Amino acid sequence: MHGSSALLIELGIVLAALATLGALARRFGYSPVPLYLLAGLALGPGGIAPVPAAGAFVTTGASIGVILLLLTLGLEFTVGEFTASARRHVPSACVDFALNAAPGAVAGWLLGLGWIGALAMGGITWVSSSGIVARLLEDLRRLANRETPAVLSVLVLEDVAMAAFLPLLAVLAAGGAWWQAALSVAAAVGALSLAFAATHRLGGPLARIVDTDDPELLLLRVLSLTLLVAGITELMQASAAVGAFLVGLALTGQVADRTRRVVAPLRDLFAAVFFLAIGLAINPRDIVPVLPAVLALAAVTAATKVVTGWYAAARDGAARRGRLRAGTVLIARGEFSLVIASLLATAQPGQLSAFAAAYVIVLAVVGPLATRLADRVPAPRPAAATRAESGGRASG
Amino acid sequence: MMTQVEVTEVLLPGVGVRYDFTTARGERFAVVTRRSGDVEFMDYGDDPDAPRPLWRLDAEEAEVVAEVLGAPRIAERFADLTKEIPGLGAGQVPVTAASPYAGRALGDTRARTLTGASIVAVVRDDTVVASPRPDEVLQPGDILVVIGTHEGIAGVQSIISG
Repeated sequence: MHGSSALLIELGIVLAALATLGALARRFGYSPVPLYLLAGLALGPGGIAPVPAAGAFVTTGASIGVILLLLTLGLEFTVGEFTASARRHVPSACVDFALNAAPGAVAGWLLGLGWIGALAMGGITWVSSSGIVARLLEDLRRLANRETPAVLSVLVLEDVAMAAFLPLLAVLAAGGAWWQAALSVAAAVGALSLAFAATHRLGGPLARIVDTDDPELLLLRVLSLTLLVAGITELMQASAAVGAFLVGLALTGQVADRTRRVVAPLRDLFAAVFFLAIGLAINPRDIVPVLPAVLALAAVTAATKVVTGWYAAARDGAARRGRLRAGTVLIARGEFSLVIASLLATAQPGQLSAFAAAYVIVLAVVGPLATRLADRVPAPRPAAATRAESGGRASG
Repeated sequence: MMTQVEVTEVLLPGVGVRYDFTTARGERFAVVTRRSGDVEFMDYGDDPDAPRPLWRLDAEEAEVVAEVLGAPRIAERFADLTKEIPGLGAGQVPVTAASPYAGRALGDTRARTLTGASIVAVVRDDTVVASPRPDEVLQPGDILVVIGTHEGIAGVQSIISG
């Protein structure tokens, strides 16, 4: 009895803290992710207010959080959008990879994280946060801008690249051999091809299994399928996150739309718990020594993202202001970087996750700030009237 | 269909679709339709890099606007469409109060089984029920938009008028 009351009260306090922080972040038009991470740091061991009883729930909740996060990321994928993005922006995606993964990988090598650590660091600095960027484009009302299709295409191609990168990294991090890594990448590519075939020819065999009018049944079916696949991929040493991502990729069309709607509230809760758990697992004292390196790497990879966005937007014919907006909006790193770090959490505790958390906290704040500043860049010739500041204070 | 408006469609991955319009008067605006059904109108003014937001509609509001603009023309548009395929025609069949099927489900007419012609829409006052389901209840005053061969359309006409 006492145990459960302590759990409920601690959990209540934790969620209340998250709710307050989330509201604060939204009020100023920023992503709540860095605040969740900071809350985790404050509540963890060595923090200001440890919550030991909630620990078991947070641990379980965090692993469900990763699964739901990647399921919904996978659900965003549609074949048509992928092919349209690939047609125009494969060069942009290559520039994105070369410019942004390289600094991370080099930094990982210099920090002595080994070559798997360097691979993971490359991934962490490579991927922009689709969640933060999409939200920013909406809050700043840039959806109709000329550079926006380029920005979104870069995000889509990054996400698809993750379908191969995550299983590769997961297997290698778990100490698997090259052939095992190749096998799991092949499985991932297979799931992607299934998604293609499903929308093109087969009429969605997976969709037919899970599809139902009843939202409750749909939720249960999708969750059971996702957890089963996630569990099996975890057994095969390829990380549960990868399995969930593949289920999301394989579900397309109407079923994906409806699944997104029913899963969204659960995802929001458990993803918050996941970000919290990352903070909880880190001792704030571990962050201090890596901080100079984090800031240096953040500065370099912010600049390389600006170049990436500049290049991609230029391909779509945007002028200088549009290119600058595209570059700055891509700076934000978030959920994928943290998922990549969590894949290595068991193999390399401490340094890498502390590094990734600090890095995401910095860029998830700097990115939105930078792109808001880019909005202030004056038009090349005087505009007719003072432009209405329609920025992030508008509630969605 | 001839039109004065130039429309380009731009896919916004993960978000929806943007339609760019240039009117005959040279005004440029964009409509962004979101996956959620929300719609946003933007005005490009003279600077293509600084679109100004005009309105934001949720899915239901967008539906109302679409109906106001589109409902009365839907039957005409079907007629235009079917001209392209030889042998296929579009017809409008009114449901009068005297019809045996006024107040009954569309499926009860068994129109498609008996004639091969499809009822693709029901125009009711200012609204359109597109692709009506078999359980759609027909009201007196409804106009059925039928696509099929000319015999098929005539068949539906005689079934509905009883």
